[in-house]
Amino acid sequence: MADKPTTEAVPEALPAPAALRALALPAAHLLTSAGIIIGGTLLFTTLVLLASGTSPLEAYRLILSGAFRNPRTIADLIMLTAPLLLCSAGLTLTFSAGLYNLGIEGQIVIGAVLAMVPLRLLPDLPPPMLWLLALSAGAIGGMLWALLVGVLRLSTNVNEIFAGLGLNFIAIGITLYLVFGPWKRPGVASMSGTEPLPEALWLPTLAGIRLAPLAPIIALIGMGVVWFALTRTHWGLEIRAAGLNLAAAERLGVPAHARLFQSLAGCGALAGLAGALQILAVYHALIPNISSGIGFLALLVVLLVRSNPVWVLPVAILFASFSIGSIQLPLQLGIDSSIAGVLQGTLVLFALIAQGVRGRG
Amino acid sequence: MDVQIRNLTKTFGSLRANDAISLSFAAGNIHGILGENGAGKSTLMKLLAGFLQRDSGEVLLDGQPASLHNPAASLAAGVGMVHQDPMDVPAFSALENFFCASPRSALPSLAVARQRLTQLNQQFGFTVAPDQPLARLTVGQRQQLEIMRLLACGVKVLILDEPTTGITAAQKTALFAALRRLTAQGETVLFVSHKLDEVADLCQTVSILRSGRVVGAQLPMPQPQAELLKLMFGQAGAPAPPRQAAAPPAPASAVPVWQLHQITVREGALSVPNLTLSLPRGCVVGLCGLDGSGQQLLLRLLAGRLHPERGRLLLHGTDVTRAPYRAFRAAGVEYLPADRMHDGVIGAMTLTEHLLLTSEQHGLIINRADARTQAETAIAAYNIKATPDTPLVSLSGGNQQRAMLALLSAECTGLLFDQPTRSLDVVSARAIWQRLLHRRAAGTTIVFASADFDELLAYSDLLLVFFAGRVSRLLPCPTMTAARLAELIGGVGFAEVAAHGG
Repeated sequence: MADKPTTEAVPEALPAPAALRALALPAAHLLTSAGIIIGGTLLFTTLVLLASGTSPLEAYRLILSGAFRNPRTIADLIMLTAPLLLCSAGLTLTFSAGLYNLGIEGQIVIGAVLAMVPLRLLPDLPPPMLWLLALSAGAIGGMLWALLVGVLRLSTNVNEIFAGLGLNFIAIGITLYLVFGPWKRPGVASMSGTEPLPEALWLPTLAGIRLAPLAPIIALIGMGVVWFALTRTHWGLEIRAAGLNLAAAERLGVPAHARLFQSLAGCGALAGLAGALQILAVYHALIPNISSGIGFLALLVVLLVRSNPVWVLPVAILFASFSIGSIQLPLQLGIDSSIAGVLQGTLVLFALIAQGVRGRG
Repeated sequence: MDVQIRNLTKTFGSLRANDAISLSFAAGNIHGILGENGAGKSTLMKLLAGFLQRDSGEVLLDGQPASLHNPAASLAAGVGMVHQDPMDVPAFSALENFFCASPRSALPSLAVARQRLTQLNQQFGFTVAPDQPLARLTVGQRQQLEIMRLLACGVKVLILDEPTTGITAAQKTALFAALRRLTAQGETVLFVSHKLDEVADLCQTVSILRSGRVVGAQLPMPQPQAELLKLMFGQAGAPAPPRQAAAPPAPASAVPVWQLHQITVREGALSVPNLTLSLPRGCVVGLCGLDGSGQQLLLRLLAGRLHPERGRLLLHGTDVTRAPYRAFRAAGVEYLPADRMHDGVIGAMTLTEHLLLTSEQHGLIINRADARTQAETAIAAYNIKATPDTPLVSLSGGNQQRAMLALLSAECTGLLFDQPTRSLDVVSARAIWQRLLHRRAAGTTIVFASADFDELLAYSDLLLVFFAGRVSRLLPCPTMTAARLAELIGGVGFAEVAAHGG
């Protein structure tokens, strides 16, 4: 029904080059979209803040600027952005392949669990070697966990959303079992996680702050590789083709099912890497909430940028700054920091609404 | 119900799909609407049926301005439309579809609905079993169901958009008889088509659209065919000389493209048993038969997209009975499905991107500039009205079809084409066949399925007739007539042409 007008379009009416179209058309649209997104988000979040009896202006000031108060908060911002970037880059792959990889949380968790294995078993290896082992183990763990989703989808036709959500629960179950069972602290098991790693095994940080430069470097490399693969390589083009129309891609000779599988594997590896960084550079132990919801936050980032890799970096930084900034809320205003989640979620919701409005008009 | 359309305009972006259209349709008649692909026929009908909203102008029903702002409002006003592709709920039974999509005032209960469906079935000689799941009905039966539903809802104006696409000859006869009965009861029927013979057969008046404008309003039928073609296409529509299918080159020593040994192929309830035949190089084989008699099974078998239950399949003399689709492609076999946007091409991608996807020699990095040049060449060679960067979904049907042909590999030795000219106008269809015959001259064997006798007879060298799960032997086309073909498809004298052991 909706595509009828376009299939009947008279060729003369086709706009000239795509580049021209890209410049001319969006100007007006962009303003409308931006209006809907910013206006809608502010209105909704303000209402929530007013309902909770907080001064919205003060809350916004803290959320927007809280992450940039001092070197310590900036370090926190970067250390949150790094895994968020890795996960967003991974999800860009699966979104391009038309897959909703909601199992990314589980892939982070299993990456973290496997990263612990060399750290626990071989603590006497030279640290750089251990870091390499832990990061590789994390990537492999996340990849295998994602491939389970792929196997379920391609062999038994279980939707990847349900398979992923189910595997998330299992991954968290495994973590809890380890934290309270075989890997519990000597004497007492605790929700605060396993015994912290020896400091020699932590990824080195800059003097005085909790910023481990290796984490953002790995994240930027990961994002660059995904951007390059999706926009410049045949493999990336084939992933996009499989995502847009699986049947037609197969007919045209694209190994479409293999590409779906590979996009999941790639996303899982990046998520696992993020999990390993959570161990090596942030928590230095396996804790029950090791993923910290970064996978779901990355889903919001990718929903907002519509799998356009160029925009992943700025949006990831923005979202991470909301999360870090909102930590000031309970300290200074006595309200819960979860308002950052409201802000992030509302932003995505109104972005989707704006897109729907534009699609209709 | 009289329908009057005044200055109706509808634009999509910069395209004026309907440009100040004024027409009037008297009650109790069948009115034909003619026009080539993209002329604006479907847009006009969707405006009447409430599926699209007009930009300006008005519609009067029996002299009263009508508000047609959505399909329900149109239905309440007495206007109902049967779409080219059935719009129904495949998971429901026929009765459930009939019932759930009707207002409660028309069908208060399921029992009443069952009664009404049975009664309408009898009245029109339709064959829709109430409890059949929709997926088991043919396109023709789904269309019958939709017509009955609209009548049960009390429509006074019935719109049919290309209703004879994909239905059998018997269903077409029943449909035409039903439409004549309806107009005798005072209904208005709007019959959208680009098939001149059907319009001549059925309609009392004909109106012609071209590029969104009316170029012929309520002309009384009959009209000379040449005149109608001229209105539809401008000068390009002058009737073509009937072309004679050239005899196949038939190099006796050459290995056939496909050889089938006692093959049985099955999908769901449909099966084609014990098929033995051999398709030589450089010929056109037409598959004909009632809608869904197994033609698509054979096409997909030959393409490697469906594996046989029994028997042996050779491709260029090599056994490929269990080979994957990619092996068939590697051997130069290509399959072009009937539904281009479903599994033919990737609508959101451009011709340049499609060329990149199908290029055989490629490294890791894509070479966009190179592919753009190729796309420009293909656009010129195949006369595609698009730029290298136009998403294929925004092309007209004929241009999409030419784009699919442009994507075929030069080494293609076997081409399987389901409905090559479905819903294309005469000029586009002719251009497609010119391309295909060019391929045949280069040695490609083309196997195609079609419901159009003229197309089958004009372009095939050999014909295969499907009837009730059986397949004829290869019949030479020059000795065949449309009348004989119609008999064979209906099973008359089929035994004489049936393959041995078939």
